Amino acid sequence: MTGRPFVADRHGDGFVEPAPAVTFADELERTPFDRLLALAREAPPARVAAALDADPLERSLEDLAALLSPSAGERLEELARASHELTVARWGRTMRMYAPLYLSNECLTTCTYCGFARELPIARRTLTPEETLEEARHLLRQGFRSILLLTGEHERLTGVDFLEERIRLLAAEVPQIAIEVQVWSEEEYRRLVEAGCEGVVVYQETYHPETYARVHLAGRKRHARWRLLGPERAARAGMRRIGIGALFGLHDDWRYEAIAVAAHARFLQRHHWRAQVNVSVPRLRPSAAGFQPRRPIEGRELVQVVCALRLLLPDAGIVSSTREPAAFRDGLFRVGVTHASAGSHTEPGGYEHPEEATEQFEVADTRSPAYVAARLRELGFDVVWEDWARVTPRTESVLTGS
Amino acid sequence: MDRNDPLVIAERAFGSRLIVGTGKFGSFEVMRDALEASGTEIVTVALRRVDLESTGGPDILEFVDPDRYLLLPNTSGAVDAEEAVRIARLARAAGMPTWVKLEVTPEPRYLLPDPVETMRAAELLVADGFTVLPYINADPILAKRLEEAGCATVMPLGSWIGSNQGVRTRDAVRIIVEQATVPVVVDAGLGRPSHAAEAMELGADAVLVNTAIAVAGDPVEMARAFRLAVEAGRRGRLAKPGAERDAAEASSPLTGFLDHLPGEGRRP
Repeated sequence: MTGRPFVADRHGDGFVEPAPAVTFADELERTPFDRLLALAREAPPARVAAALDADPLERSLEDLAALLSPSAGERLEELARASHELTVARWGRTMRMYAPLYLSNECLTTCTYCGFARELPIARRTLTPEETLEEARHLLRQGFRSILLLTGEHERLTGVDFLEERIRLLAAEVPQIAIEVQVWSEEEYRRLVEAGCEGVVVYQETYHPETYARVHLAGRKRHARWRLLGPERAARAGMRRIGIGALFGLHDDWRYEAIAVAAHARFLQRHHWRAQVNVSVPRLRPSAAGFQPRRPIEGRELVQVVCALRLLLPDAGIVSSTREPAAFRDGLFRVGVTHASAGSHTEPGGYEHPEEATEQFEVADTRSPAYVAARLRELGFDVVWEDWARVTPRTESVLTGS
Repeated sequence: MDRNDPLVIAERAFGSRLIVGTGKFGSFEVMRDALEASGTEIVTVALRRVDLESTGGPDILEFVDPDRYLLLPNTSGAVDAEEAVRIARLARAAGMPTWVKLEVTPEPRYLLPDPVETMRAAELLVADGFTVLPYINADPILAKRLEEAGCATVMPLGSWIGSNQGVRTRDAVRIIVEQATVPVVVDAGLGRPSHAAEAMELGADAVLVNTAIAVAGDPVEMARAFRLAVEAGRRGRLAKPGAERDAAEASSPLTGFLDHLPGEGRRP
């Protein structure tokens, strides 16, 4: 099959020595979930008022929990107003655009909720270097300058050498490259930084240990701690953007996930101050896996999560993907979102050759990037494609005219 | 002094959040009495005031009981990293604790700390086994870098030494407080007890006061006042005061869209 079996502690926690004194795994253990969940379920109106009135620099996890409560839900418009104003104050009226580029849907992992799971008899495909460039250039023509590379988890077909090659290939033309793939050791992330990658997105999917074990049945992804510490390893390796997220619908209690992902973002901000931390709150979508959430999160509740996250974390990016239908996204954009994708294809090769391979999940917002950009401008946003954070050879020649 | 809310620096717990400097007093006796009235447990000492050569003249250290107070030698007078390191090593050789309040102030009018020399000195001193408490301008990035370099605290100034103007750097101090994972000590420029209370209300873990106590008409009474102010500010902070409200009326609804989407949650 794939060679040597994965041993979770082969490199310890995968840090380059000296390992950090505190990791988020330690912090998560110490997080008083019982108390926070009690607040999130039962906070009285006065406690919600205190959380809303608190200074943005001084809100606590307790405040976040109160903002997730039913009492807070009854004041959703007020929460949304506060979230909108704080977002505008910190981020301006800007929406940063990015596009996902699936390099492969090969996978050796069984996630019971994912359309790429190893058992599923789907059309598997891994892009060649030429096909990768083709897809990237399609996205560049559409205006994107920030591309998120995705793969399944296949150590042999899409291992770190493969990623390093693809990143190096694209770095000459794509100003901002990030990856959403399996988690790597710090040493391996450093190689990818060297090759030109500057961002890593890792969703813990669910922060609840029992649920995590129940939905991850085979493959390296079973090792929750290894995955949990991925963002820290990436930050230590020099990745400048770190994206995290919880997949709402896996675990029954959306308030639990919201608290955990907020705690994670805050930890990363405090311990890795050079990194820009972004949070995604995707909801499970129909896929070849056919997973049915037991207690799906409602749109209203997701809006509340976004508000609470924004109010706790003024400086964290909040990401909206094409998982959600257009009308919902248009409403959510103004509540606190700062990063958005558009026109996405979740099957490898999907931009130039749609539907030849199987997609990861059904995209709900199928509007083209141009259409979404126009809609965003109608909603009062300045659509940002380029963030001159990094000068590639191509951008340098543009800037110097050489 | 509150044993339930200790100030912890480099894994050592202190009951007082008021650090006091020993310079500028009219006499060593008054200094001694003021230190006692302040309730402090950490006292800074400028090495140039210490009789290292035992000339037999009055020595400040005779008036500061090392069993009662942690003596924190400061490198005041140093204009660059080399001098600061030299001073710290001299203090260590003289038998003082290997803690150092790092002050590198090349410019004599405002005595503002040099960030570059402070950074260099901090790295050298941490590597040499010192517990380093660096005095800096209220620069959040510099604070993070010094923290990364292994400093035990960061000490942003409230306003420049001896100016008695209070926490003029309050906005930057708030950012430092929010971002720090080591204690934050507001140092310099605290001229009145209310300034010290304000610093504690902003979230500082401790304050350092020297001039305001030393040159007061009644230093002992002023030391007592600062003690109470630091305590008041700290208690006020922990009691989480209600926020000031700015009225802002919503005009167009941000969440109305939910009502038009099937199954996304009816309003309660």
